[in-house]
Amino acid sequence: MALPQVKQTATDARLAALSLPEGGWSRPARESALARVQAMGLPGGRDEYWKYTRPDTLTAVEAPSAAVLNVTDEAPVFGARDRLKVVFVDGVFSAEESDELALEGLTIERLAEASDIHWAKDLYGTLETNGQTPVERPLAALNTAFATDGLLIRVTGKVEKPVHLLYRHESDSSDAILHHVVKVEEGGDVTLLESGPAAARFNKVIEVDVADGAGFHHVRVQGRDHERRAATHIFGRLGTESTFKTFTLTVNGVLTRNEAVIELTGDDAAVHIAGACMGDGDFHHDDTVFVTHDAVNCESRQIFKKVLRNGATGVFQGKILVKPGAQKTDGYQISQSLLLDEDSQFLAKPELEIYADDVACSHGSTSGAIDEDGLFYLRARGVPRGTAEDLLTIAFIAEAVQEVEDESIQEEINELVAAWLGRRRG
Amino acid sequence: MLEIKNLQVKLEEEDKQILKGVDLTVEAGKVHAIMGPNGSGKSTLSYVLSGKDGYEVTGGAATLEGQDILEMEPEERAAAGLFLAFQYPVEIPGVGNMTFLRTAVNAQRKARGEEEMSSTEFLKVVREKAKSLKIDAEMLKRPVNVGFSGGEKKRNEILQMAMLEPKMCILDETDSGLDVDAMKLVADGVNALRGEGRSFLVITHYQRLLDHIKPDVVHIMANGRIIKTGGPELALEVENNGYADLIEEEA
Ligand SMILES: Nc1ncnc2c1ncn2[C@@H]1O[C@H](COP(=O)(O)OP(=O)(O)OP(=O)(O)O)[C@@H](O)[C@H]1O
Ligand SMILES: [Mg+2]
Repeated sequence: MALPQVKQTATDARLAALSLPEGGWSRPARESALARVQAMGLPGGRDEYWKYTRPDTLTAVEAPSAAVLNVTDEAPVFGARDRLKVVFVDGVFSAEESDELALEGLTIERLAEASDIHWAKDLYGTLETNGQTPVERPLAALNTAFATDGLLIRVTGKVEKPVHLLYRHESDSSDAILHHVVKVEEGGDVTLLESGPAAARFNKVIEVDVADGAGFHHVRVQGRDHERRAATHIFGRLGTESTFKTFTLTVNGVLTRNEAVIELTGDDAAVHIAGACMGDGDFHHDDTVFVTHDAVNCESRQIFKKVLRNGATGVFQGKILVKPGAQKTDGYQISQSLLLDEDSQFLAKPELEIYADDVACSHGSTSGAIDEDGLFYLRARGVPRGTAEDLLTIAFIAEAVQEVEDESIQEEINELVAAWLGRRRG
Repeated sequence: MLEIKNLQVKLEEEDKQILKGVDLTVEAGKVHAIMGPNGSGKSTLSYVLSGKDGYEVTGGAATLEGQDILEMEPEERAAAGLFLAFQYPVEIPGVGNMTFLRTAVNAQRKARGEEEMSSTEFLKVVREKAKSLKIDAEMLKRPVNVGFSGGEKKRNEILQMAMLEPKMCILDETDSGLDVDAMKLVADGVNALRGEGRSFLVITHYQRLLDHIKPDVVHIMANGRIIKTGGPELALEVENNGYADLIEEEA
């Protein structure tokens, strides 16, 4: 079917400005991804899946410029922990600033350098392709085709230290496309941390294949730069008795669309996807989540909390699809917003689609202001209004933050949130 | 300590006068009790004194140690030494009881220009006080009042009072929902704080609490006014005869 003219023109223009990397072993996957982008077209304002978020700046030929924020009032996120640090500056791997790419229990390589015969060949673009049905995600296919850098991480054991991907944004006009592949083999376990703004415009895909009995933990703190834009996808495939937990904190950013597309393919697996965002003014944050239960006795949790003020917009599109035969599914989904004033808005589209009869799925969505009774109670005990509001705000996102297993990371997240609130109080 | 003069209060949202001229003086170190029928305005008085939104003071005054409190923010009143044990303690999901207590103690200290309590000292004090109120460590970890039983909530109020060491304590039906043993615990908690010039205003429906916390003065409130003031014997009279006679007398 031919694409609508507007979409065709926009897609052609964007593709004309990019060139397919040579890619070695990844070349076939890239060519197939390019063909898929050409067939689907890039997202347009009329697409149902982009009803609440305008894609135009994400698909434009050039990245809209975004001023670099030099953070001097806060210690670097995750900076104090023992970890393997990998730095990308405006989307380019920096060997100088990164640790040696070696850690017990895993191998780690650059996508841009990986040699010709490669384990990632079967995975690169595969989970992304699977994630294109039933809903199309053209920006992810675009990423598979044109990603210029990224990491290929293969986890064979229980890795003690987290791998920390630190993104830095140094150029006002940088336009980064990164693609990471993580394969956690049977019995393996790894924690992936990500922080920073990456680029003026960032398109990122992570494909994570979690084998039977393996575990994947992911904590991400997206950069504070006010004008940056990001479209990210995390695709996950879970084997039997495996665990996948991801949490994202977003503070600031003019536009963020975070998609999580997870498929539970082995029995007794569990996926938890959580996020908290803090935004004010020109801030648009979209969490789009799609969880497919295709095995027995799996658990999925989606927990999203958005704190919005001063005209900010929050979006949540979350779906749980329970396929025929996926009995004993335990699905939970909650999306909530705390509107600190009347100018802000939260748009939520929770969806359940269930084709098995023995399942328990619940979902809810709420939008509200600070609880006045709680506020008065705190103040009556001597807690000043501002501090009381901060406490209640941090309490509001607690359910999402608690999805992070490491309590010291939870604390770090809460401190970032408190600092964000503090800056707004001046 | 607390001086209330001809206090008149209406609801902000509707044209309903609730307090119609309350006069009440609690001297330093004294325990006063207020009894009165449901809906007579006892809780409203306690809320207005502690600064809750939604009420409009249309006349009169209230001072704490000579300071006009009606103009102050709720947190300023707390730092000045006013404490209200709520009739219905509020649940705050996501805020741990310990965090809450420490934040409150240190906020008040800071407001008074005192040094903050170190976390070790705080832990020691809170454990000791919690123990005497039979509040276990697990309850201290849980979010404020969430999932607490009625009686646990009331004991938690007294723990907060014990930690904050206010000068003027208002207890709004702290005895309701307490079993006999818990009532004794709470009364012991209050009695332990008596003295040192600390004053209490105890709102209750039952003589029983007053057996444990002997009041110096008993007031009867009806229809937004104090209609009678007397000694402890007044509470007994209410217990035996109800309010009908007293209200008739007044009319
Ligand atoms: N926010 C409010 N909105 C509407 N009515 C209110 C409000 N606050 C108080 N009132 C009314 O004011 C009157 C006094 O209420 P208050 O709670 O002070 O009574 P009380 O003496 O504490 O009663 P009780 O013994 O039952 O606790 C009642 O008629 C009550 O319904
Ligand atoms: Mg009452």
